[in-house]
Amino acid sequence: MIAETGLAALWLAAALALLQLVLAFAGLKGDKPDLLAAVRPAAVAQGVLTAVAFIALITLFMRSDMSVLLVASNSHSAKPWLYKFAGTWGNHEGSMLLWVTVMGVAGAAVALFERALRRDTHMATLGGQAAISLGFYAFLLFSSNPFARITPAPADGQGLNPLLQDPGLAFHPPTLYLGYVGLSVAFSFAIGALLTRQVDAAFARAMRPWVLGAWVLLTLGITAGSYWAYYELGWGGWWFWDPVENASLMPWLAATALLHSVTVLATRDALRAWTVMLAVVAFSMSMVGTFLVRSGILTSVHAFAVDPTRGSFILGLLALYIGGALALFGWRIGAVREGAPFELVSRETMLVINNLLLTVILGLVLIGTLYPLMTEAFGHKVSVGAPYFDRIAGPIALALMIAMAVGPLVRWRRDRPIQVTKRLFGFFAILITMSILLSILAWDRIGILPFLGLVIAVAVGVASLAPLWKRNLRRTPLFTYGMVIAHLGCAVSLGGMASDSAFTVEKLVAARPGDTIQTADWTLRFVQIAPIAGDNWTALQADMEVRRGGAPVMIHPQSRFFTSPPTTTSEAALLTRWNGQLYVVLGEEVEGGRWQVRIWWKPFVTFIWLGGVMIALGGALALLGRERRGWLMKFRARQAA
Amino acid sequence: MKAKHQRLILVLAALVAVIGAGLLAASALKDEAAYFYAPGDVKTKGVEPGKAIRLGGMVVRNSLKRAPDGVTIRFDVTDGKATVPATFSGIAPDLFKEGSGVVAEGSFDTHGTFIATNLLAKHDERYMPRELEGMTYNETTRQMQVEP
Repeated sequence: MIAETGLAALWLAAALALLQLVLAFAGLKGDKPDLLAAVRPAAVAQGVLTAVAFIALITLFMRSDMSVLLVASNSHSAKPWLYKFAGTWGNHEGSMLLWVTVMGVAGAAVALFERALRRDTHMATLGGQAAISLGFYAFLLFSSNPFARITPAPADGQGLNPLLQDPGLAFHPPTLYLGYVGLSVAFSFAIGALLTRQVDAAFARAMRPWVLGAWVLLTLGITAGSYWAYYELGWGGWWFWDPVENASLMPWLAATALLHSVTVLATRDALRAWTVMLAVVAFSMSMVGTFLVRSGILTSVHAFAVDPTRGSFILGLLALYIGGALALFGWRIGAVREGAPFELVSRETMLVINNLLLTVILGLVLIGTLYPLMTEAFGHKVSVGAPYFDRIAGPIALALMIAMAVGPLVRWRRDRPIQVTKRLFGFFAILITMSILLSILAWDRIGILPFLGLVIAVAVGVASLAPLWKRNLRRTPLFTYGMVIAHLGCAVSLGGMASDSAFTVEKLVAARPGDTIQTADWTLRFVQIAPIAGDNWTALQADMEVRRGGAPVMIHPQSRFFTSPPTTTSEAALLTRWNGQLYVVLGEEVEGGRWQVRIWWKPFVTFIWLGGVMIALGGALALLGRERRGWLMKFRARQAA
Repeated sequence: MKAKHQRLILVLAALVAVIGAGLLAASALKDEAAYFYAPGDVKTKGVEPGKAIRLGGMVVRNSLKRAPDGVTIRFDVTDGKATVPATFSGIAPDLFKEGSGVVAEGSFDTHGTFIATNLLAKHDERYMPRELEGMTYNETTRQMQVEP
């Protein structure tokens, strides 16, 4: 019954989306207010119905209802409840349902709470949102029904890939999806504004919270994904340039550019066409990402749904939406009036540079990710890997960091080169001092990129605090703090990356219980190894005592065996200290009762993710600051009246 | 500055950025896209020692040997056309075994041995490194028997 209710809710929601689309455009065209009046309720009802469908699917998973095909093939009755719950979206159909649910609820929110947009633009936006949703409803209902039954129902399910049985991964996809869908709202806004020719500062102010929100969630999602890969896969790396990672990075790069250009549009009324273009690109990138991950066209560690028919369906949607949006863009952009002018030396120019650099990285990552596909179409197999991406992304990212340090120190509209240079004096002083210091301390020990990374990280870190210099800290607006924290976060992250690649110490040995191993300034004593059992796994667990000076600490790397499906995973032991992380992996048993043990001491590696969290926090503060200002103004207006 | 000039400068800057990016990508791809090699390619094209590449193929049965240090393994990788010796120091992935597919990252030393720094094996039963699609062990073993 629950499955049927869910399916019915989904069909109803799809029908409402169609209605919403027709009403919005018929109403706008003929200027019929009664048709338009029904658009908002349709959007709200759609949000409720998709939520009902999603809750139905969660219930089926929690109850382990094996008569539902999706539950039987992705869950197991003996699984811990958290993974039954998270298993709902740990598969293709469930994650697509999550996608439409988030989109439905976001559409309802746009319908209910959006006040800044002009009414016709608002209606056109909801129409655009309905058009996007329709494609995804069709996709779900015709090619990936999550509620399909199976007869006879098996007694037990097949289980979930043990690599996915991790709290980090349980909540990582929803975070990314929320980000992707936030970008779909920005896209709908752009469509709406193009249709009603209202690309201006008011439109940008309405769009900005959605872009900011989406960007914060994407940042968190990528940070969490990177940390998951680092601790769960047991290879000590945090970025792989895997197509699926690139699929989340590309929308992030586009959203970062969009975030900055939408700010220019909102505060200075410049970069109109460019901002609309970026909104189209950002959502296109989240669609391309979905396409890459879901189609299985690029095999990857993370791509767990491989099905060519679905791939072509998403490809069709992709062509339709991106093509449609670009056509609309080309057709209407001539009608968008030019915004306010600015001088060459100005904050605007710095933000244009930021946008160009981000777009270039985005283009290069896109080329690298899709190149193997393109060459394969000509019967030639190529693989593009880390050397390509490191080589292209590294230098541009460093240039971007410098632009990021300089940008906030340049005034809006026009500035004098002499003044800017004076303000940058401290930045260059630190840059040079750091270079000399590092050259003396570690010239022959580290590569050029980590070297530059460390130097630039320190200088940018200090420079990003400069906007607070000589300001009344209590009266500084919240979004300025947001910017400062986010930029500082970039520097912290860069510092972590550079430090990890420059100073990591690694040791690999085969050791017997009782042996002592020395790495960096750590002493590790291998005490014993013993079997233990968990909820749905058994493991061999090593007890190791580590110390660096002071008191010893016990750590427990494991080798885990899952029975359903039969898989072995290794659980690394991590010991976090303020200046780095000790990472210990247990390998297999070799001759003579010895065990393989791999130890890394990674100085400041945690800064990578700390920086990511700071970037997201900065975004959240900026969002809060802007919204709070809106509330305050409304409150004062009411009091004055 | 007039709006027209400003737009022109922006367009020019964008153009330079795009062309620069294209050239950068083209040169990087030319260098790095020759990144995946099967042992047959190594034999025909040759790979200079020290160049970072991916070597992919099947692990030859009975070729896996463990060094006395317990953490270094030696094995042969084949694609049926040629066989290349490889070594790896580290914890091999669980699904790394003889007769199975492997993609190794690393570089050749001057003696023609591949020094792997990272092994990518299947992460689960369903996952197969893309580069190995179409290679099967039976085919390669048959070829192996022909070659001395």
